Amino acid sequence: MTANPTSRWSSYHKPETVEEALELLHDYDGSARVIGGGTDILVEARRGLRRSIDAMVDATGIAGLDTISHDQDYIVIGCGVTHTQIVSDERIVRYGACLAESCGVIGGPQVRNTGTLAGNVAHALPAGDGTIGLLALGGEVEIASTTGTRWMPAKDTFVGPGKSVIDRHREVLTRLRFKPAGTQEGSAFHRVMRPQGLCLPIISMAARLAVDGDTITAASIGMGPVGPVPWFAEPVATVLVGGTTSTEQYEKAAEVALDNVTLRSSKYRATSEYRATMIRTYLPIILARAAERAGANQ
Amino acid sequence: MSRLKMTINGAAVDVEVPESRYLSEVLREDLRLTGTKIGCNEAECGICTVLVNGTPVVSCVFPAFKAQGATVETIENLSQDGSLHALQQAFLDHGAVQCGICTPGLIMTAKGLLDRKSAAGEPVTEDDIRASLKDSYCRCTGYQSVINAILQASGQDVPPYLPETQEPGLAVGKAQPNPNALAKITGSARFTDDYKFPGMLYARTKRAGVPHARIRSIETSAARKLEGVHAVLTHEDIPGRNAHGVVSIDWPVLCGVKVRYVGDAVAIVAADSEEIAAAALELIQVDYEELPAVTDAIEAVKPDAPLVHEERPDGNLLKHIKVKKGDIDSGFADADVIIDQTYRTPTTEHLFLEPECSIGVPAGYVPTDFGGRCDALAVRGETAKHDKTTIYVGSQIPYGDRDQTAATLGKDPEEVRVVATLMGGGFGGKEDIVGQIHSALLAETTQRPVKMLYSRQESLLVHPKRHATIIRIRTGAARGGKLTAVEATLYGDGGAYASLSEKVLTRATTHATGPYDVPNVKVDCFALYTNNVPCGAFRGFGVTQSCFAVESNMDMLAEKLGLDAVEFRRMNALDVGSETSTGQVMRESVGLNECIDKVDHDMRSDDFRWTWDEGHRRFAWGVAVGYKNTGLGGGAPDKATAEVEAWQDPDKGLMAEVRISSAEMGQGLPAVLAACAAEELGIPTERVSVLLGDTDFCPDGGPTTASRQSYVSGNAARLAAKEVARQLAIAEPAARIKVQHEYWAPKTKPLGAGGDMHVAFGFCAQAALCEIDMRSGEVTVQKIVAAHDVGRALNPLTLEGQIEGGIVMCIGYTLTEHYIQEDGVPWTNVMARYKAPSITHAPKIVSHIVEHNTAAGPFGAKGVGELPSIPTSSAITNAIYRATGVRVRSLPVDQDELLRAIRSGATEVELAWGDVKPIPVINFGGEQ
Repeated sequence: MTANPTSRWSSYHKPETVEEALELLHDYDGSARVIGGGTDILVEARRGLRRSIDAMVDATGIAGLDTISHDQDYIVIGCGVTHTQIVSDERIVRYGACLAESCGVIGGPQVRNTGTLAGNVAHALPAGDGTIGLLALGGEVEIASTTGTRWMPAKDTFVGPGKSVIDRHREVLTRLRFKPAGTQEGSAFHRVMRPQGLCLPIISMAARLAVDGDTITAASIGMGPVGPVPWFAEPVATVLVGGTTSTEQYEKAAEVALDNVTLRSSKYRATSEYRATMIRTYLPIILARAAERAGANQ
Repeated sequence: MSRLKMTINGAAVDVEVPESRYLSEVLREDLRLTGTKIGCNEAECGICTVLVNGTPVVSCVFPAFKAQGATVETIENLSQDGSLHALQQAFLDHGAVQCGICTPGLIMTAKGLLDRKSAAGEPVTEDDIRASLKDSYCRCTGYQSVINAILQASGQDVPPYLPETQEPGLAVGKAQPNPNALAKITGSARFTDDYKFPGMLYARTKRAGVPHARIRSIETSAARKLEGVHAVLTHEDIPGRNAHGVVSIDWPVLCGVKVRYVGDAVAIVAADSEEIAAAALELIQVDYEELPAVTDAIEAVKPDAPLVHEERPDGNLLKHIKVKKGDIDSGFADADVIIDQTYRTPTTEHLFLEPECSIGVPAGYVPTDFGGRCDALAVRGETAKHDKTTIYVGSQIPYGDRDQTAATLGKDPEEVRVVATLMGGGFGGKEDIVGQIHSALLAETTQRPVKMLYSRQESLLVHPKRHATIIRIRTGAARGGKLTAVEATLYGDGGAYASLSEKVLTRATTHATGPYDVPNVKVDCFALYTNNVPCGAFRGFGVTQSCFAVESNMDMLAEKLGLDAVEFRRMNALDVGSETSTGQVMRESVGLNECIDKVDHDMRSDDFRWTWDEGHRRFAWGVAVGYKNTGLGGGAPDKATAEVEAWQDPDKGLMAEVRISSAEMGQGLPAVLAACAAEELGIPTERVSVLLGDTDFCPDGGPTTASRQSYVSGNAARLAAKEVARQLAIAEPAARIKVQHEYWAPKTKPLGAGGDMHVAFGFCAQAALCEIDMRSGEVTVQKIVAAHDVGRALNPLTLEGQIEGGIVMCIGYTLTEHYIQEDGVPWTNVMARYKAPSITHAPKIVSHIVEHNTAAGPFGAKGVGELPSIPTSSAITNAIYRATGVRVRSLPVDQDELLRAIRSGATEVELAWGDVKPIPVINFGGEQ
């Protein structure tokens, strides 16, 4: 009898091309896992909760996917880009502030130095901070498989807690992108934590607004955890568009948010009542900040 | 196996290792770069931080092959050509090194920051430091010295923060780094897990996993057959006594009949690797008859409660502790105002950043038998021959470990030797003997060295915690402000075994009036056995718990009396001539009033207001005072024996070494002992070396507990040195003089006998400036102003480190920490679920030292280890009350509950974070 009590992989691959990564996934036929920084999965592996992984496929070495670029229409973030890179990228700070803010609070500094936004989005946790920031920006993800690549809205990738449409046995999330904030657009993020217990948000919220004078002309909102998946809060956006940049409007938006979700009490984290209070308190604050930034961005 | 190429510390490295390795493992195991430490293997504590391509990463979850081709830098690279890196020098200068286990991580994280900032041509700010070190934990320093050190290293002129103290002598009273700090900042300091003996095996323990059960059978044959397993031991294999305990011998070394908590040990395995040992555990089958568990101290008293130890005559009652003075009926009759409240304090975890580790080496071990090198001159370590069963361990009680291990091995204590290794924090949590006996048993069975290293998760599960308590306390005062009576009843959850419950809860009981002159007192405390994780010693030793109740009541009384909270305390403060609740008349060394004055003065300077608003943020001050005995007291013999040897060095002059088996866990004991001896010998401290805790070379200094070492071992070292000096004066010039001195602390009286229960008390006052976010209920501590009467300050630098670290530890107690158990099963089973304060929680600390010398202390010193960790919690909750009108009756403060109270206009909160039930109603004097 031989021992394999810890959940260790036996092979570690660092492919240099997407094709190579996909080939590895094909060869391992379901027993390989794509990782970025690996900061979520490796902690679970350390605890012995990941016993079926034969191989790690590290996507951070893929040539060309470790950078942030700004093309005609989009800011594009490769799957090897770390949270630290995002936080310190001037274009993202300027054109996607809520994403920089959200990535800036993930884990601790060391984790942000290796963890990637791609990993955060692919993990599909109901309150992944980076995910919430990207959602509010109307972000999209590129999924590569042997049959080709496709872009899809990030909001459509979430299936359940920790479950994404990305077939982790055959596909790789290769890039993420969002349309940079134009003139009269701004975004903001805030999350509420507690100093005890697990480092998971009580509530994490991001908003992107476009304004014309004191009229809101476009809005998109990301929130979590308010359900099994990160919530792209369309009803909240709907009530905001056409309204004014006023406290009353923002408070109304918070009520609409609460009307559309069933908040849970989670043990040792927060009561549903506290979560509701935090949404009522901070969603208006974030909206005001996003509007203020939009105003400054004229 | 695959090839891994990296550049490590400037050198090309090319190793064949499995692809499943983590970077920390390649560094520590394959390359033996043990300067990088492991605290959790969960990416939580940050002590394993190294730089990969210049960027700080946690090496414990960083796959080694992710670093293929990368440049890696570890602590070993920092000092070049014998000169220290600016960060190392600054950590030394500022006393930012205590136990040292986190130091490499702090320094490497800071280096990443400094390098980045310097490349960008930007200055380093305190905010940068707080942001960059957010997940780099330190349990000892309280972070203020760390922040100052990093600022200094960045090129700013930041002197070490040193409160004013008496004129130093030649050695005593001088601010000096701890002698072992140099090794700790360079990565050369070795903790137990850094040792690797030739032929060494790795051990693991089979834990009960259920809180209460009868063992029907233990089946180990499959585990024994596993390839690579050398031994599987159960209760049947114990040659001697199958029990241990620091006070009562009631804790099985290996359970054979019953398990009483989830962490109980049922079997132990030694194997070629930790992986094999872990696999063997899964093959051990234990058949249990599960029993109903009792997991609540108040339930445990009831007559129909399940019995944890059936053989005990008093059921689950471990001890009923009583303090009585005067007549409380007449005392309360004299009171114009009475406050009667019930409080709850949580179970908490020491979270020393070095998990328990011990290595047993069998008698007769010769390293050459296993391909190692043998150095005939080596007396300890991997190259030494070992004549006796030897245990390498960072323990708070080396002689106790020796005697307890010998009893289990069926050997004479003299046949066992304990060699103290550096300890990565203890705080009381390394007093109970945990893995040491197991590693010794396995070593003797296999005739190989055996390492027993606990994972962080196992450490959380196994060692004794701080007692959870329920405290009802009634305090009465006359209209003018004089206290007339205190009545209190405490319940302490001692968990499954006695550990130090009786002593800890006695201290909670005797200190339950606070440091006040109270004429009429009645306190009852019930220490109970339950099926929870055992509870024992933890910095503050019961007084942290009772102080929270005492000082909350005091603030409420002051408000009701219409008196200033500080003035009310001053009116009742113990002073020379007053009598404690146990009948001890204070004859000297009571600096409480001076502490109060100093804190009050600072707090009230600059436009003082008790509370004010800034937008949605409300600020408020709260004050509290505390005291703590020095030494064992209560009639226990309290002694220490030190050996001092002095000789003439032709170049350096008179040199000396102090030898004593007392424990250094980061508090700075070697610096204190060296200073005490140096002062008597009339030489500078640098010429005195200190050897601690090798039971074959160092006489017994007694347990490192009860804030006793500076006093008791300090005196032993001082008096031995004094005798050496006397003999030197009349000896030949080249003589080598060696003296042992057995020092006995002044006799104390047991509780109930009146008179001197303790040799001395330390006193303190603290004021906390807190900020409450009125939108979210979040509480932050902005500033602590503190004054501590410690008698003579023997070393202001290490003393200040104790004070700052103690305060921040108590901030954790108040705001972040709760070891949660659900029906005897810890919810807190990973470090990710237990938050100690990080650098982001550390306030600015303004510290005053008050020196009311005690005559019998070494140069007038009293103990300080626990004192700072006592009043902070009530200073904070008193501030919260001032800010919000909400009285917090249970710790740690829950922002959810606090905000609900604020918004609803409620005046109190009785659910802390992690509480599911309201505080029970209890009767004074016990349940009828």
